[in-house]
Amino acid sequence: MKCKPEDIQSIRDKYASVSAIRSGEGVAENKIDLLVCAGTGCVSNHSLKVKASLTAEIQKHNLQDRIRIVTTGCNGFCANGPIVVVKPDDIFYQLLAPEDIPHLVEEHFLNGRPVEKLMYRPGEDEPPIPKMASIPFFGKQQLIALANRGIVDPESIEEYIALGGYQALAKALTEMSREQVIEEIKASGLRGRGGAGFPTGKKWEFCKNAKVVEEGGSDSDKYIICNADEGDPGAFMDRSIVESDPHALLEGMLIGAYAIGASHGFIYIRAEYPLALERLTQALEQAREYGLLGEQILGTEFSFDITVSKGAGAFVCGEETSLIGSLEGKLPEPRVRPPYPAQSGYMGKPTNINNVETWANVPHIINRGAEWFSSIGTDTSKGTKVFSLVGKVNNTGLVEVPMGITMREIVFDIGGGIPGGKKFKAVQTGGPSGGCIPESLLDTPVDYESLIQAGSIMGSGGMIVMDQDNCMVEVARYFISFTQEESCGKCSPCREGTWHMLNILEDITTGRGREGDIELLEKMGQHIKETALCGLGNTAPNPVLTTIRYFRDEYEAHIRDKRCPAKVCKALITYSIDPVNCTGCTACAKNCPVACISGERKQTHVIDQDRCIKCGMCYSVCNFDAVRIE
Amino acid sequence: MAVEVTEKLQSIVERYKSGKSSLVGVMQDVSQEYGYLPEEVLQEVSKLIEVPISIFYSLATFYSSFRLEPIGKKHVCVCVGTACHVRGAAKIVETLERDLQLKAGETSKDGDFTLETVNCVGACALGPLVTVNGDYHGKMDQKKITRLVKSIRQETNENQ
Amino acid sequence: MARISIDGKNLEFEQPLTILEAAKKLQIKIPTLCYNEHLVPYGGCRICLVEATTQTAPGRSRLVPACTAPAEDGMVVTTDSQRVQDSRRFIIELLLSRCPESQVIRDMAAEMGVDPDGQNLDVVGQYLLKRAPRREATNCILCGLCVRVCQQIPERYALSLKERGIHRKVTPPFEKVAESCIGCGSCAYVCPTKTITIEEA
Repeated sequence: MKCKPEDIQSIRDKYASVSAIRSGEGVAENKIDLLVCAGTGCVSNHSLKVKASLTAEIQKHNLQDRIRIVTTGCNGFCANGPIVVVKPDDIFYQLLAPEDIPHLVEEHFLNGRPVEKLMYRPGEDEPPIPKMASIPFFGKQQLIALANRGIVDPESIEEYIALGGYQALAKALTEMSREQVIEEIKASGLRGRGGAGFPTGKKWEFCKNAKVVEEGGSDSDKYIICNADEGDPGAFMDRSIVESDPHALLEGMLIGAYAIGASHGFIYIRAEYPLALERLTQALEQAREYGLLGEQILGTEFSFDITVSKGAGAFVCGEETSLIGSLEGKLPEPRVRPPYPAQSGYMGKPTNINNVETWANVPHIINRGAEWFSSIGTDTSKGTKVFSLVGKVNNTGLVEVPMGITMREIVFDIGGGIPGGKKFKAVQTGGPSGGCIPESLLDTPVDYESLIQAGSIMGSGGMIVMDQDNCMVEVARYFISFTQEESCGKCSPCREGTWHMLNILEDITTGRGREGDIELLEKMGQHIKETALCGLGNTAPNPVLTTIRYFRDEYEAHIRDKRCPAKVCKALITYSIDPVNCTGCTACAKNCPVACISGERKQTHVIDQDRCIKCGMCYSVCNFDAVRIE
Repeated sequence: MAVEVTEKLQSIVERYKSGKSSLVGVMQDVSQEYGYLPEEVLQEVSKLIEVPISIFYSLATFYSSFRLEPIGKKHVCVCVGTACHVRGAAKIVETLERDLQLKAGETSKDGDFTLETVNCVGACALGPLVTVNGDYHGKMDQKKITRLVKSIRQETNENQ
Repeated sequence: MARISIDGKNLEFEQPLTILEAAKKLQIKIPTLCYNEHLVPYGGCRICLVEATTQTAPGRSRLVPACTAPAEDGMVVTTDSQRVQDSRRFIIELLLSRCPESQVIRDMAAEMGVDPDGQNLDVVGQYLLKRAPRREATNCILCGLCVRVCQQIPERYALSLKERGIHRKVTPPFEKVAESCIGCGSCAYVCPTKTITIEEA
């Protein structure tokens, strides 16, 4: 079916009830939708079994005319999955198991009594919060890129249209010129969400205005690319967007392609995201079926299609010139810029690359206008940003918040603070290119410039929370070892320089650090930043430099006192058993992988220090808090 | 040593020639079909699509997800992304190395197990995370790892 | 016609031209390792980094690789500022740490004022030349010239760059003698450190 704009409207009207129930407004006849989260996290926690159980129970009680089961996801609250949301009432159920379902169906849908035991509780002794929008984790977010998450069935283009999808495309193609679209994006203040924060409208404009220099090259020889490589470890924003709302990405790319004048696009997606890839492939097929991709879209002269390419395990492919090289079948080594991809990119043609989240914002800007978008956020950083809030935090998951919100609000109000009563130590932002924000800077507003001033960067959105039990020197070592492994090897400063920085950090964490090593790391880091070829190399030293800036005392303890204050670095700690607490239960001895713990039942046990490999097994199995780490 | 140009291999080549997949895509298709990238198959594909074998070799050794050796029956991957790392992924790797008698990156001599680390599968809220042949096992700790190893050992023994 | 200024000397030129090519016309010498005038420039070794300001951002100078950076109208380039010298020194120290026995690298280091035996060095140089661990001995600096020449001149594609990062090595595919090698010797000819040699079969 080749859609015309009127067809979009009629599909929307046809499925109006979907929109009504999911938004909770204007609902008819006691109908209920059960939204079962089927993102990667929940699926791996058996949410599909929960769904099967729901289906069976609904059928058993003959409720299928009133209650519809829909798979959605990802909701971004993965640690609390499997999740089911009941619309239109917005009741939120979490941590579900198939065994919970018969009771749930009976109590909630037959007896009208939502089940408190299965709801979200902020703390063990606190009352449950039934409604999703009242749960701080969700309530404090402002969704734009993630507007449809958990609400739309990502495998249904009809539902996407029912919730307003493809209206922006229709508006752009039939009511706006290419220049007007670009002006709107420019006016919105949207900046690249992949990390660099370059103004998106300007970037599109460069590409639109680029002259194709080759003989025989036509204006249609332009490309757009979606960077869905999401290499920063700890970040899953793009995975979430693609899994929960793939059409949002497609619509954004279509509008961008129209504005720039591209006839073909690529989505470069990480191989480690099989479910996202599946949903994306399905969405592309559906869009083609409806004539929203292909020739003469929506009855206009605009033709465009997309090819999906899978990554193969190389972080450097997230760098735009490497990504292009990878698509071209070359070694994904970064290229020197200039020339920039907007002038000469894929196959030497003008190419515009944007991150998934950037594309996903575009339909909303076209629908609701640049003025609306730029009213959110700060002077320099407009709109919202999606962050993956992970690590030592209670409410782990994906959050979309207006720019300018403070780090403290994110970690404590939305994230619910640090588990186990531990003390906050730092938040790492920007992945291996970024830095850590210590407690003293928790009131830093989250926007591009403020984070740079604090010594970090926005990055793609990974926010790793660390507590008193994390060693910041070890964290620095971890990040450098990551960039070392991912370095492509083309330029000497990154290839050799990060190897040397890693060796120095390994010396420090194993008690072989020397006086002057901090200065050495700082100087070497500065040199590498100045001389490396691409963004991987010139930001690789950042985690080291920021941990030195804010946690110098930890470095000094490792170097001067051969001590790890957080009790993490194996070479600098010992495990021993406290005779006061030890009950002689033998759990430690039984679980010790090298059998180095001796002791009789009901007698104090002893660890043989010469043979102890510091694996920590005894510490994790002891129920009497008798294992000491010093 | 010539390799049989199967129908599957032909279709992989066709996809490349029609522009539907890149070189990396070809190698991913071959990996899916053969479980890894056998040298003879790469040589044959190189001839069929007229791309020098040295390009394939560079690409195959550059990317982490390609292997030139067969993979074990149980492919155990530990996520060592930052979120998993701060929750103790390093200890998970150590435990697995001990329990499987392998270093990360190695395959056991009997071909039963391959142990690898991977830089983030995007399921950060469930960290520390381990996948076995694509199945996700979240919120792992040392005790759960020992149990997991026991069960996958049992499975491989049963399947023999 | 565009105009560029390098170390105070002016040149009028027609684009496209790289900074290195412009410098050559002005007889200003910039050190190179991975550059060969017959091959597409690579920008990998970073020894040719120079400082450049552009017309649009005159207050902000950047370090750019002369071999690949396009000369722009109104550009002002310095090839011998402190910043350039410091970065050159850093690069040569890294390469010397990697290939301590390469005479070519040792000579280049000496020319830049870096004592290959490690006297009078700053804290970074001290570390790189005295304390840093040594890996497998090699004179290969991974400039890629051998691989690139084989691809671009005889077009035999007989060499691969195996693996990535610090483990990277130049090798024929599958580490066996390449079938496509015709023994032309181009690789040995372009190798800046004389690491590749030709043998009788």
